[in-house]
Amino acid sequence: MSKLRVLVGTRKGAFILTSDGRRENWDVSGPHFAGWEVYHLKGSPADPNRIYASQSSSWSGQVIQRSSDGGKTWEAPGGGVTTSPEGFPRGESNRFVYDTSAETGKPLTTHQFYDGTQQPWVFKRVWHLEPSLNDPETVYAGVEDAALFRSTDGAHSWHELAGLRGHGTGPKWQPGAGGMCLHTIVLDEKNPGRIYIAISAAGAFRTDDGGKTWRPINRGLKSQYIPDPDAEVGHCVHRIAMHRSRPDVLFMQKHWDVMRSDNGGDLWHEVSGNLPTDFGFVIDVHAHEPETIYVIPIKSDSEHFPPEGKLRVYRSRTGGNEWEPLTKGLPQRDCYVNVLRDAMAVDSLDKCGVYFGTTGGQVYASADAGDSWVPIVRDLPPVLSVEVQTLT
Amino acid sequence: MIRVIIPAHLRTLAHVEGEVKLEIEGQATQRSVLDALEARYPVLRGTIRDQVTKERRPFLRFFACAEDWSLEPPDAPLPDAVTTGAEPFLIIGAIAGGQDR
Repeated sequence: MSKLRVLVGTRKGAFILTSDGRRENWDVSGPHFAGWEVYHLKGSPADPNRIYASQSSSWSGQVIQRSSDGGKTWEAPGGGVTTSPEGFPRGESNRFVYDTSAETGKPLTTHQFYDGTQQPWVFKRVWHLEPSLNDPETVYAGVEDAALFRSTDGAHSWHELAGLRGHGTGPKWQPGAGGMCLHTIVLDEKNPGRIYIAISAAGAFRTDDGGKTWRPINRGLKSQYIPDPDAEVGHCVHRIAMHRSRPDVLFMQKHWDVMRSDNGGDLWHEVSGNLPTDFGFVIDVHAHEPETIYVIPIKSDSEHFPPEGKLRVYRSRTGGNEWEPLTKGLPQRDCYVNVLRDAMAVDSLDKCGVYFGTTGGQVYASADAGDSWVPIVRDLPPVLSVEVQTLT
Repeated sequence: MIRVIIPAHLRTLAHVEGEVKLEIEGQATQRSVLDALEARYPVLRGTIRDQVTKERRPFLRFFACAEDWSLEPPDAPLPDAVTTGAEPFLIIGAIAGGQDR
């Protein structure tokens, strides 16, 4: 029988929830890295026992951890006490240094700060780790201040894909409320050279050559909070989701607006339809139905909680525009939690499971594609991220 | 022998318990102590000082002999009591830090 492993990052550590394929009884292990913020952890599709985790704190900065046994034990790659033959201490795994070389790091512009002034890039933390689809040693990291890094040696060493910042629009990028973060990385199984990323608040970008060159893909997005609402960059994209069978079709939860593109991001159109509010953070796609998508509407950008105190997942079976509220098992009064951008995931069992975590510490699961929900753990620290591994 | 006390989270990260004891060649300074600490425990690189600039992270402070050394030059000699191991060199997390997501 299949097994499920739910990887939960929280403000005070990581937790791993496991169940058999019935998804009724869950074991909780953790906290791993207790006391540290774990913005994200994710398993390798090529080797599910290889899991990467981003551990950070305001005090002590960034640490990258990895597990090779499904999360039972962890190591900071290269963080041991041995030294290299040259006597140089190892421990490079936490080193994220922006590329300033003349050959590849030509950009090195400044970015816009909240007050409109220009500021240099300063590394703060890793928001998102995206393991390669076919090589467990290769993993991408989306960081704040926004940039994309890649490791090809199991997270020992990291190198910036500097062409992204080299695109030249950096001076117009600005931080969202959470900082200027690269939070979404979507890999295309059918086209290994294609990667989508999203930055708050710069927008979505795409490469078709494995990360050497990038272009913004924000046509059709409209954002009232920037002087030119149709600007090429400056949009606060919160999340992008894709079904692997249809890599040209993208769904986006923007700051406001739920959007869809049918041409790899070249042009977007709004599919918010009958949602009670189109502000939110998460968006995801059913594992087997590419036109079935999920969002969790949040009241507004100043009131980060569900409208009317009712926690509702909205599902569209038509690729957007027509939405139905899913409420069975979810609190329908006095609920004022938030669901952050990396905190929703789906499993790939025949009956697709959907999972999300809240800032109130609950992780809810649906074993019937959203029709009904149960909390599979309910008193964790505020949840920052949720990922699911379907193990056979 | 220099005794160094590091914050609890970093002790966990480096898999050490209690104080760290370091032998320093030459003059003991903040820089030489931190260089030795990071050489022994490479996983601590970047957690106390910036990986590139080597500047102290903003929410960590350094104390020696009940004095705040956080703003002292990194190459200033540490007090004799620290150099001889009579007093520890303390790395302390500020009562601060915040949620910024």
